[in-house]
Amino acid sequence: MNEKPEKLIDKKGLRLDGRKPDELRPVKLEVGVIPNADGSAYIEQGKNRILAGVYGPREVHPKHLALQDRAVLKCRYHMAPFSVQERKSPAPSRREIEISKVIRESLEPSVFTEYYPRTMIDVFIEVLQADGGTRCASITAASLALADAGIPLKDLVVACAAGKADDTIVLDLMDEEDKLGKADVPVALMPSLNGITLLQMDGKLTHDEFETAVNMAIEGCKKIYPMQKEALKAKYVGIKEEAEE
Amino acid sequence: MASVVTRIKQKQIVELLEKGKRLDGRELTDYRELKIDQGIIERAEGSARVRLGKTEIVVGTKVEMGEPFSDTPNEGVLTVNAELVPLASPKFEAGPPDENSIELARIVDRGIRESKVIDTEKLCIEKGKKVFVVFVDVYVLNHDGNLIDASALAAVAALLNTKMSNYEVEDGEVKLKSGYTQLPIKQHPITVTCAKIGEKLVVDPGLEEEQVMDARLSMAIDDDGDICAIQKGGAGYFTPEQVIEVSKLAKDKAKEIRKKLDW
Repeated sequence: MNEKPEKLIDKKGLRLDGRKPDELRPVKLEVGVIPNADGSAYIEQGKNRILAGVYGPREVHPKHLALQDRAVLKCRYHMAPFSVQERKSPAPSRREIEISKVIRESLEPSVFTEYYPRTMIDVFIEVLQADGGTRCASITAASLALADAGIPLKDLVVACAAGKADDTIVLDLMDEEDKLGKADVPVALMPSLNGITLLQMDGKLTHDEFETAVNMAIEGCKKIYPMQKEALKAKYVGIKEEAEE
Repeated sequence: MASVVTRIKQKQIVELLEKGKRLDGRELTDYRELKIDQGIIERAEGSARVRLGKTEIVVGTKVEMGEPFSDTPNEGVLTVNAELVPLASPKFEAGPPDENSIELARIVDRGIRESKVIDTEKLCIEKGKKVFVVFVDVYVLNHDGNLIDASALAAVAALLNTKMSNYEVEDGEVKLKSGYTQLPIKQHPITVTCAKIGEKLVVDPGLEEEQVMDARLSMAIDDDGDICAIQKGGAGYFTPEQVIEVSKLAKDKAKEIRKKLDW
């Protein structure tokens, strides 16, 4: 392991990777990356590399889970054994089970599940490399994968974290800030509906700091939102060009 | 699962809320009656029972010797587990923990860990080798809504009541001595849950309110009135304004409960 840095914010107010407090890491999004899936997306945010794949609406398995008035949304967040410094056992940990649940609950408000009663929509998320903020990056990618699968959505869901490094509220925490920082507030947003679909926190924040952090995370989400739309368009522009050739 | 009964109930609950009332006659920001009994299980190192209306939780703690984590060699270890035992609700089933019990355990864990309830450095016996491990087991005995707040309260109440054995180190051997010391406690977080039903926010949702709610938001508030842990649940959303409203409600309610319990 690397030596622990003494300070997360330097004298100029910059962070370990040279970012300003309210600056995002570089984000790269791509849609339609898994040919077999009905919808898929890939995200790079800092050193995070995450794939999301959607299958469905399809037959419910096991059958007794079927709902008569809407589709069942299922979600599995999983980290590859090689995605972190020390090998992670491939068996789902309690952390992964909880994150799978909160990701599902962050996506569900955006999906018109009532259009597909007695079916199931599966969302699979594989973290290939983790660099802090994987649940947020996963949500951003998973929502794109749902859209790519042609499932009607009320809005895209986009997520970003804010937190406290030393005494500064910062946006989009990377690994070191996540581990050594004083608080982490992941937020998922449906920007057009102004709805927060995921909100968690750990650490210690005063109410004013919390309000600042939530607002900063919302601003971060709003910066990633147009990139999501661009990535979605880019796939179809690509298809159109291919067809014209 | 939606059923005919809950559809009718849902309408009733929403209509009442529009008038600022709730099914059981509470105000929107009222908690149900809260009762805490400590030290109810003699075999456990610490224990507490919380009754919140008809919701009943027992938490027992065990303190054993074990190894510290490699990244915190001089700190004791905290482990939280939650059991939704099948006798507590027709919806609970026996078997390995499902996502609901794992989420409950992790919310309780986060509230205790992030607000630093236990002075874990004082649980170190021999740096890097031996520390005390505190097991907190949450047992849900009757589910009538808001398991999160009741479990979080019960866990802190049980920890306040927890003793660990005295020991001495002789030639690298740890020997237990007679007598006990109180577990070193630094904070007393209180978790407050609000449910969003329609556009209304209600504190301490009962079971029927939970069945019709859009979403819930839980916040753990420490002795200083700061926020230490948050969890949103449910398949709905909150507006940013509602989030701030919940944080203010949580602060006020936590203060009120803290005063009542003298924590």
